Amino acid sequence: MLEFIKQPWPWYIAGPLIGLTVPILLLIGNKSFGISSSLRHICAACIPANIPFFKYDWKKEAWNLFFVLGIFLGGVIAAQFLANPNPIKVNPTLVNELTNYGIVNYDNLVPIDVMNWASLLTLRGFLLMVVGGFLVGFGTRYAGGCTSGHAIMGLSNLQWPSLVATVCFMIGGFVMANLLLPIILSL
Amino acid sequence: MENRNVNWLANLKYLFVGTLFGIVFVKAEIVSWFRIQEMFRLQSFHMYGVIGSAVLVGMIAVFLIKKFEIKTINGEPITLQPKQFNKGQIYGGLLFGFGWAMTGACPGPLFAQIGVGATVIVVTLLSAILGTWFYGLIKGKLPN
Repeated sequence: MLEFIKQPWPWYIAGPLIGLTVPILLLIGNKSFGISSSLRHICAACIPANIPFFKYDWKKEAWNLFFVLGIFLGGVIAAQFLANPNPIKVNPTLVNELTNYGIVNYDNLVPIDVMNWASLLTLRGFLLMVVGGFLVGFGTRYAGGCTSGHAIMGLSNLQWPSLVATVCFMIGGFVMANLLLPIILSL
Repeated sequence: MENRNVNWLANLKYLFVGTLFGIVFVKAEIVSWFRIQEMFRLQSFHMYGVIGSAVLVGMIAVFLIKKFEIKTINGEPITLQPKQFNKGQIYGGLLFGFGWAMTGACPGPLFAQIGVGATVIVVTLLSAILGTWFYGLIKGKLPN
């Protein structure tokens, strides 16, 4: 059984489980699924700086912070007890492309050849992690949600603005991955 | 005064659901930078299958909750906020898409990546918090 669980889970198991998070959160506490709001609550709790956008009672939204702490713990548990002993199987075309950039290690969830503490000080690592992270935080809040709040919760509730947001997430991702990222990874 | 304090016990259930969610994230490799690259290069069906089936299950669940006016376990009626359209969904959406392809993570996966031991992603998370903070700072000056 454990051996079975340790294998990578197929999409038709993972997708429905993620979809079930929507009704579970509604049923256990009338909460709408959304993760990027946690970043706003952290700002409101730690660095509100008199900015109106962060002046609200974040403690009422604390469930969201418990939820992301849980995601962190889930990562710890999965890595400690349920880890797949084999490297991730990646499309050979991508492997060829990434080899050109010196990305050859597939042991981790992130490409540790370019995402490690030392590479933070390189232009490439700085762009990938620091600028990339900034865009994730800025973009999700500007869009009013992320993959969970718009693509999953919003689409589940048939909200057309969420469809607009989801399409824009994908356009941005396609442009970055195919046109800009090759330049960044070549730096 | 009750609202002013965090109710730790009542929030533990969200910690539990989040933990299961995090395990799914890692085990299905949704938080893998490589899977995100495959998705944006149309080299794998995996992520499309995950997101598509998640939306389908979510849609059916929300439909059933609305149709049968299902209440929460505490007997409260379930409320769903409609999303208002604004230009942020376009501009912000594109910017987040860039960040998603660079970091290989949306906000949720950042927490999972740190959990599996990619400690440097703490920096990415702090930068994402800073990005959110910067949005709050300049919100009034952005097209909306």
